[in-house]
Amino acid sequence: MNPPLIDVRNLNVTYRAGGQATHAVRELSLSVAQGQTLAIVGESGSGKTTLASALFGLLPSNAQVSAGELLIAGQNLTHASERTWRAVRGRTLALVPQDPMVSLNPTQRIGRQVAESLAQAHGRRYPGVHADVLELLAEVGLDSPALRARQYPHELSGGMRQRVLIAIALAGNPRAIVADEPTSALDVTVQRRILDHLEQRVQARGISLVIITHDLGVAADRADRVLVMKAGEAVEYGAPAQVLATPAHPYTRQLLAAAPAFAETAPPPVAPTAAAGSVPLLALDGISKAYRVPAVQGSASHFQALQALSLQAWAGQTLAIVGESGSGKSTALRLALGLEKPDQGRVRFAGQDVTDLSWSQFRPLRERMQLVQQNPFAALDPRFTVFQSVVEPLVSFKRLKGAALAQAAQRLMEQVQLPASYLDRLPRELSGGQRQRVAIARALALQPQLLLLDEPVSALDVSVQGQILALLAQLQAELGLAYVLVSHDLAVVRSLAHQVLVLRQGQVVEYGAAGQVLGQPHSAYTRELLGAIPGQRAAARNGEQLLERPAPMAALRRAQ
Amino acid sequence: MPVISDTLTPTWRPRGRLLRLREAAWPLLRRPGFVLALALVLFALLAALAPALFSHYDPYTTTPAQMLQAPSRAHWFGTDELGRDLYSRVVHGARLSMFAALTAVGLALLCGLALGVVSGFLGGRVDALIMRLIDVMLALPGLLLALAIVTAIGFGTLPVAVAVGVGIIPGFARTTRAEVLRVKTLPYVEAARLGGASWASTLLRHVLPNAWGPVAVLATLDVGAAILATAGLSFLGFGAQPPAAEWGTLIANGRQFLITAPWVSLLPGLFVVLVVFSLNHIARTLEEAQR
Amino acid sequence: MSRYLLGRIGQALLVLWGAYSITYLILYLLPGDPLSIMLSAAGMEIDAMSPADIAKAKAYYGLDRGLLEQYLHLLWGVLHGDLGQSLTLARPVTAVLAERLPTTLALAGSAIVLSLFGGVGLAYVAAYVRWQPLKVALARLPALGFSVPVFWMGLLLIQVFAFTLGWFPATGSDGIESLVLPAVTLAIPSAAVYAQVLQRGFAGVWREPYIVTAFAKGLSRGQVQARHALRNAALPLLTLVGLQVGNTVSGAVLVETIFARNGVGRLVQEAVLRQDIPLVLAVVAVSAAAFVLVNLVVDLLYPVLDPRIAHTAKVP
Repeated sequence: MNPPLIDVRNLNVTYRAGGQATHAVRELSLSVAQGQTLAIVGESGSGKTTLASALFGLLPSNAQVSAGELLIAGQNLTHASERTWRAVRGRTLALVPQDPMVSLNPTQRIGRQVAESLAQAHGRRYPGVHADVLELLAEVGLDSPALRARQYPHELSGGMRQRVLIAIALAGNPRAIVADEPTSALDVTVQRRILDHLEQRVQARGISLVIITHDLGVAADRADRVLVMKAGEAVEYGAPAQVLATPAHPYTRQLLAAAPAFAETAPPPVAPTAAAGSVPLLALDGISKAYRVPAVQGSASHFQALQALSLQAWAGQTLAIVGESGSGKSTALRLALGLEKPDQGRVRFAGQDVTDLSWSQFRPLRERMQLVQQNPFAALDPRFTVFQSVVEPLVSFKRLKGAALAQAAQRLMEQVQLPASYLDRLPRELSGGQRQRVAIARALALQPQLLLLDEPVSALDVSVQGQILALLAQLQAELGLAYVLVSHDLAVVRSLAHQVLVLRQGQVVEYGAAGQVLGQPHSAYTRELLGAIPGQRAAARNGEQLLERPAPMAALRRAQ
Repeated sequence: MPVISDTLTPTWRPRGRLLRLREAAWPLLRRPGFVLALALVLFALLAALAPALFSHYDPYTTTPAQMLQAPSRAHWFGTDELGRDLYSRVVHGARLSMFAALTAVGLALLCGLALGVVSGFLGGRVDALIMRLIDVMLALPGLLLALAIVTAIGFGTLPVAVAVGVGIIPGFARTTRAEVLRVKTLPYVEAARLGGASWASTLLRHVLPNAWGPVAVLATLDVGAAILATAGLSFLGFGAQPPAAEWGTLIANGRQFLITAPWVSLLPGLFVVLVVFSLNHIARTLEEAQR
Repeated sequence: MSRYLLGRIGQALLVLWGAYSITYLILYLLPGDPLSIMLSAAGMEIDAMSPADIAKAKAYYGLDRGLLEQYLHLLWGVLHGDLGQSLTLARPVTAVLAERLPTTLALAGSAIVLSLFGGVGLAYVAAYVRWQPLKVALARLPALGFSVPVFWMGLLLIQVFAFTLGWFPATGSDGIESLVLPAVTLAIPSAAVYAQVLQRGFAGVWREPYIVTAFAKGLSRGQVQARHALRNAALPLLTLVGLQVGNTVSGAVLVETIFARNGVGRLVQEAVLRQDIPLVLAVVAVSAAAFVLVNLVVDLLYPVLDPRIAHTAKVP
């Protein structure tokens, strides 16, 4: 019987910093047979990336394997020399790294980077290296390989760069590929195509695949076995069907609840329908916006960010704007906030035309509409305490001072479910989810009627996303807020939206009630977006068991 | 889940600024290199304020019988050609040298900060104009610009300080501008603006405090550079005139005795090296702490 | 491309003109009285002269005309290659410069080459070494390098290599041997700056994901550093080489004074001591021209090293 290709036994990895030891991976065991696919699932800090580094012998100098064994192709590499490791890297085990945008050398041509990998396996300057480069680039699905080989990374899109990285991984003819979050930096539709392609290449060559991901859906769809990690330990290890149907660990259940394809999200409570004749809180009428792109060879070109966009947001309801990068969804928000002026069309707030208002004329309206930004790590001034951040709008509008201000701050903290003692903390002392709660509290300080939510959870771990979304839903129900939610993630949209607007390259693809757009989409693009959600294959396979489970999102809400 | 208190208890009070400063400074004070550098710079500053604290000899008393003596327990740095105690002269020299360096950096900081903030914050044509001016000033080699200024307004410590200060304005202006531009686009600045804050208060509360770090590091580095530049100008004979004790002049004086009594030139120079190196080390440590 | 080039040259000329004008303003408009400065530079005392003589002297130096007229007259001369007359040497400034410039160019050129080799070499070794004590020592070396006053380093080198060891002459400007000590002295601060910036560059680049990609191909540490890290880490160096021209010129003034070399640096030091205004103005203008020229070349070279920078994007 052949030994497994990758065999990890009770592996422990320890980081040492300032005399303290942190255990990033604890007692972890796994094995991957030739031709098999293993998915390792975990959130940030789960140790999955450390595990990937350990598999390549590329642990940082302050980390080391403190116990356990690591065998690759039957060879014990636990304490192998750098020379031994170099023979393994690229030839036995190849890497497809996380972020294609920064994983290629920016000052070297594509062809040379692929050729370097080939030369590593076949010796320097072997004849036919150029032909092999072109063949590989064609194999990973790049058009006009000869042109691509001459280009630099910045001339290629993210998806194309990820294909180049797959070509680099395949160049050494490895027996296994480790893909570390290979698509999390890409748009959903591109993500699906790349994963399909990777899977197909791996099957065609009969090699093993280790996918490292935060998305249980991706794992369930594509793996023969799934390993769920939390805080450095394996909490679940088994076939996807079994992991999905009878998750043993509460953490797995939580992850399942958050994965779009498995989440039985109860649609948001039906909002009070607007009284006849009432005006929408926010209305965009036929908005168009173009940006000048830096001139290429003398001729100035325009980039149409938005074309004839119309939308309405009503009190107590959520309008979701869905689209991939470059769809113009963020531009729509900036126009509504008066940060940009449209080329055509009108912006109305509560019936008032605000299109041409100057900044100071717009200022009073800011008490009624507020923004929650995308990245909670940059949205708070690092020098401000939570208190200073939260009350800043109240101070700016000179609403309150002194003890009343402190009391208002405590009330806001209560609204976003944070302890009042956190008011003293600095942003760096908070987790991502806590920071986003602070940002929400700041947006609520002026008691606005409309909140604009710009990808409010995209920077957060999946399990935290659910909590923030639940908070937003609760706040809407209590305060009767109108939300305009911008997101690329249909799971997020599904849990909050009453109306959905789908944007693609500045054009409205579909606009209507959430149930209709997400349930019976009539445009092909919306169907493609929905189809790209990972985990559906597995969900279909497990359909019956899943139906028996209580709706996880609802369960989560009850738990709170 | 977070705990929610039922009543608004007045248990919470904002934490003091001093307390937070102490928390930030403590880890730095545990590095021996940083403490040593800080002690040396403080010594130089104290020597500038009250030189008599550290030396018992008068820096101007000549004792021809003891001329050009090698360093000993009585004269730590030896004596010069007139029998004056070199260590005292170095300590007393701190007054003119540190004064010149701090004046230069103060002047540059004031002008550079103003230019950088205006340029970065207003943008547009004002920015373009200021940046062209900075380009022009950068094109003039520092020492030559200082020489031109000294030619026009005369020799002496203050003219030298002004001349050196003008030379380091561009660096400050550029760094400040870059920082202001960086901070200006950060989401929390946008959030403050959308929260109704005026440009002025956004500038004072968010942009300047967050842009200050790299500028402070540069200022520390430039105190060192200014010490070297003023010493250089004095060395060439444009600074304080003898018999005044000034670091550059001390080194220049000793040149004539390099063969017979190298310490007259080399020991004061070594002291300057140590002070400047300490300043560089402090700047570097502060920079690392900011990351 | 050619449009970019023309624009860039125009910008360079504008900066040069600005530098000349600012120096003119400083020398002619600041508090001191140019006439008395010029007279004393020529060996005359203004108090001992009659009003008629003063008027004659004013006319001789062109100080009787309006400031703008004087300035335009000077600028016109510069455009025609005439930098005026030295007050103390009683010779055309251009002739004096032509005589002194080669010495200084040899010194500055060899110092720039030395500093690049020294700085890049040091940083490269420091990035490759993995033995911590040595790595820390190498990392601290640059800070020491630019903490040392140029003139003091010169004296130290003279003491050791000329007086004690007798390997090189202490002063003079004849032959290659006399160039060694001054060039080394002048190169040290620049080398320190290059080394520090490159070390930071390496530190940043080693954290980049494309370095992991390179290691995962099975490349050795040396190969990764040479093929992937060096070029990316060295990008900021190019701008710096342009900016260091100013410091090299400043340093040359000190170094030429210490080593008694007959270069432009010592010329300007003497000119300032004797307040020879036209000569000072000319030397400053020539150094500014050198700075502008080198930076123009640097800007044009940049896209060759970094493919992400297209010429078109840089035009405002």
